[in-house]
Amino acid sequence: MTLSSKNPPASSALAGSAQTRRTSPFLRQVARIVDWPMAALQRLIGERRMPYVFLLPNLFFFGLFVFVPIAINFWYSVTGGPALFPSERPYVGSGQYSYLFECGSYADPSSCREDHFWRGVYNTVTFSFFQVVAMVGLSLLTAVVLNMKIKGRGFFRAVYFFPVLLSPVVVALIWKWILQRDGILNAWITAMGGDRVLFLTEPTWAMFWAIFVSVWSHMGFYTLILLAGLQAIPSDIYEAAEMDATPRWRVFWRLTLPLLWPNLVVVIVLALIRAVQTFDEVFVLTGGGPGTSTLMVVQYIYETAFSNQVQNFGLAAAASVVLGIVLFALTLAQLAYTQRKSS
Amino acid sequence: MSIATIVTARRDAKSWHWTDIAAYAYLILGVFLMFGPVLWLGLSSFKTQASLLEFPPSLLPMSQKEVTLPGFPQPLPLFTVTMEDGSSRVLAQVRRVGIQAQMVDPADPTQQFRVAIDKRVPVREFALATENYTEPLERFAFPQFLANSVFVTVVATLITLLINSMAAYALSIYEFKGKNAAMLAVIGTLMIPITIILVPVYLVVTKLGLVNSLWAVILPGAATPTGVFLLRQYMLTLPRDLIEAARMDKASEWQIYWRIVMPLTLPALAVLTIFSIMWRWNEFLWPLAVLTKTEVYTLQIGLNAFQGELQTQWQYLLAMTVMTLTPVAVVFVFLQRFITTGIANTGMK
Amino acid sequence: MKATRRMLLGCALVAASLGFSQAQAQTTLRMTWYSDGNEGEVMNSLLRRFEEQNKDIKVVLDQVPFKAINENLPVQLAAGQGPDLARVADLGGVARYMLDLRPHLKDPAYFEANFGPFLEWMRLPGDTSSIPGYMTQLTLTGPFVNKTLFEQANIPMPAPKATWEDWAKAAKDVAAKVQAPFPVAIDRSGHRFFSLAITQGAQVFNDKGEPAVVDDGFKKGAQLVYDWHKNGVMSKELWGSVAGTAYRGANDEFKNAQVVMYESGSWQIGQFDKTIGNAFDWVAVPTPCGPANCSGMPGGAALVGIKTTQHPKEVARLIEFLASEPVAEEFYARSLFVPGHLGLAKKGLDYKDASPQGKAALKVFSEGVSGLSPVANKLQGYVNNRVIFNAVISRLGQAIAGEATLDEAYKRITADVEQQIAERNKK
Repeated sequence: MTLSSKNPPASSALAGSAQTRRTSPFLRQVARIVDWPMAALQRLIGERRMPYVFLLPNLFFFGLFVFVPIAINFWYSVTGGPALFPSERPYVGSGQYSYLFECGSYADPSSCREDHFWRGVYNTVTFSFFQVVAMVGLSLLTAVVLNMKIKGRGFFRAVYFFPVLLSPVVVALIWKWILQRDGILNAWITAMGGDRVLFLTEPTWAMFWAIFVSVWSHMGFYTLILLAGLQAIPSDIYEAAEMDATPRWRVFWRLTLPLLWPNLVVVIVLALIRAVQTFDEVFVLTGGGPGTSTLMVVQYIYETAFSNQVQNFGLAAAASVVLGIVLFALTLAQLAYTQRKSS
Repeated sequence: MSIATIVTARRDAKSWHWTDIAAYAYLILGVFLMFGPVLWLGLSSFKTQASLLEFPPSLLPMSQKEVTLPGFPQPLPLFTVTMEDGSSRVLAQVRRVGIQAQMVDPADPTQQFRVAIDKRVPVREFALATENYTEPLERFAFPQFLANSVFVTVVATLITLLINSMAAYALSIYEFKGKNAAMLAVIGTLMIPITIILVPVYLVVTKLGLVNSLWAVILPGAATPTGVFLLRQYMLTLPRDLIEAARMDKASEWQIYWRIVMPLTLPALAVLTIFSIMWRWNEFLWPLAVLTKTEVYTLQIGLNAFQGELQTQWQYLLAMTVMTLTPVAVVFVFLQRFITTGIANTGMK
Repeated sequence: MKATRRMLLGCALVAASLGFSQAQAQTTLRMTWYSDGNEGEVMNSLLRRFEEQNKDIKVVLDQVPFKAINENLPVQLAAGQGPDLARVADLGGVARYMLDLRPHLKDPAYFEANFGPFLEWMRLPGDTSSIPGYMTQLTLTGPFVNKTLFEQANIPMPAPKATWEDWAKAAKDVAAKVQAPFPVAIDRSGHRFFSLAITQGAQVFNDKGEPAVVDDGFKKGAQLVYDWHKNGVMSKELWGSVAGTAYRGANDEFKNAQVVMYESGSWQIGQFDKTIGNAFDWVAVPTPCGPANCSGMPGGAALVGIKTTQHPKEVARLIEFLASEPVAEEFYARSLFVPGHLGLAKKGLDYKDASPQGKAALKVFSEGVSGLSPVANKLQGYVNNRVIFNAVISRLGQAIAGEATLDEAYKRITADVEQQIAERNKK
């Protein structure tokens, strides 16, 4: 475990006043001022109620900026019209939902009244599936490589992590710049004697690059989680395998992978949730095109609420409630899994 | 602790296995793939508007060489011309009429040539178009935007660290009524992207009278579920004896949190710090909705005013992207060791 | 922590300086503004002049990306959080929030005389008198042609009254000879599409004045665009590239001499003039003809007062200053805009900063204003016109990308327009 004492320069950049001995007198002052009323509060309400005090500030902001908006959002989804204030919106019952779900056949988006929503759903499913597979595969590969005895490991680890810091808009902008008709990738292809490829105008290519760019920018985070898992595997297990002269791939398959499984589950679940939420990076990269072939469900929601002249908050809210329920189910599945594992 | 992996498990430290070579090749490819695009952005941001559009693009920012000749008030652009006899020479262009260019020899300006325009190639030299940076910075209240962005990022990160760690402390150390409900709330909201509840949040902020205040950007995102989740997972791994010992010493709950648990949680706090800085610094859609006055613009809003209805001024957009990216990159360079080890140690188990 | 303290100090200083300037000027007006080119700078310098002449008013120009004008401003206006003035392009959509300046203007007749037809674009149906603001820019759609490519291919440019089909053929021949990737490019925008459809006889509205978008003329226009994508006159990169209602232009490709003929509009002149320089000869030509007419589509952006302002009188004074002939003339001339001012349009503007090519192009567009079809004017003035534009672009885009047939697209366009207008009318 890395404790603060090992990293004085970095820790002083943080607000932790635990280093009161070393940090500024200002912080020490703060600590002293806060200690007293908190102790008094504890005497007043008793130790058993203190957890609520700790929870309160966070829950307050949660309530105000997450729960209340979710409630308003739900109200939007059962009302119609262009009005912004909830009280001015006429109640339409399940009208928005039935409009959203009015389909000849759910397998064919073009038979649906609101075909863009369903195209968004199918694109998001395709995107999420391949993105998660690629993400897990490549993070695992990178983590295994980074776990080898290699010179400059710290440097390489930082290299792979670096894109995680870029904003989705910047990531998409950079890649758009590279992939466009006159971009550097096409310059390279033509220099090698090939023909220009319209990477963002062919549906399959566009989806490929949307996935590629998304993996490129988030892979570093998952790699580190898996690396942590790999490093936690005791070395004597491998030594035993070495004694038996077990082939390397079998060691990986039979030993490493099962031991890494809990970390892999975290990676799969987090990656999946993020993939379903994808919006700005794909939006800036492809604009949802060509046609609607990379239109994601969150982009559909955003555009329904904002981009049209009649800003349709009701329909957008209904779609977001549906998305919310799906995401919540995914989360519950994760909870169920982890709880079964711990029991 | 000696770190063993499947690969090193059977390896004598001195001999090279093909997997080592493959690993290095993969890593070097990684450096190219991960840094290359960002480097390309940086180089492109120094190109002039015209050379940004060129195909094939030049690697380095270039601009056309010009000469000032006697008898010509304006500097003349230089071209390499393929002459009719197949030889090539450098000429200065006086003017172009249709598909013919009138050119002179820089060494002897009285000697004139008529050249078809597809027979000439510009002579170029390395030049940085620093005006991509200076012009927008002069035109906009850049120091103000920077101050606002720094204020938002710093204050929001401090608030996030404080309230998230308090909540995580409550959820990891104590058993109390409603704990499961609170946990469910945290994890449930982990999944809600703000994009889809933008309008309701805007309504709440309006009712609070916070529109056009930096607090409207700071507060809504302060209670991050991700932060609570991350810190709680880490705090669960802390040894309980320390806390019990402190209770024996009559430390108050606040003191236990502030003086014992917080210092031990530093690696996870470092991770949350960098994520929070990153989120806040890069935030675009939400500030765009609540900030409409120049004096409260953050960098992301102020520097995106180049995106018009019908035109985007790419040379400025790229330069300003580099501007906003640089501070985060610098923070990362200084904190990278701490961040990467921090995440690795955060468990997430 | 030092940094934080310094920051707080900085903020206090900023706050203090703001307070100070407010003490000097009694009223502060906020103007939300977006820019395509240099018009923000020009406006800023005019505002400083206004402040010199009116010491009691201070005007702050809040410059935003265009996205904010279309997507966030309506929400802010609905919530009563709007600015005092705003530059808007969706005149019909924002009309509900506009302030009628008539009671506060010294000379409403000046506005009637010089902005008359454009004021109608800013009014709600049934309103015949309000004066919400003035046009900062009148735009007209029309094609730009790379003349040098025609010369290199040694093919003559079609004559002024040539049809769209003539131009498409000529452009395709030129592109084949000089290997340009885009024979014809048309902005991915409903507004630009209608300049083609109206020449083919699209009526857009039925006898009762209700939208009836898909008629024979519309279908002819759509079929042309569809076929051009099939036979290589147009590239899928614009229309087929993005989903939904997003705008895509080919201005960068045109500047790079990759487009033979580019159907866009007068707003491109400033940038072309500055960037293309001497690289090739470019000209603006009158809109090609169809069986019905040779009309382009008008459009533009207006600076309007917002209803919720606390200072309607001051807003009116500012607009009166900006819309006055000499000031407006300077603004249009320095921004290289076609004047949205009838008096100035008749008089003709001297664009001092423009090159001969730019001046010639501005002249072609200014002359095109008189050739507008009534349908074009009516569509531009229709309150829900963006509903129509968006539905058209989104659905035709899908047809061109191969996701739907043209017939399916027509059905969807009709359904989309009906549904959105019904949603707007829900009370």
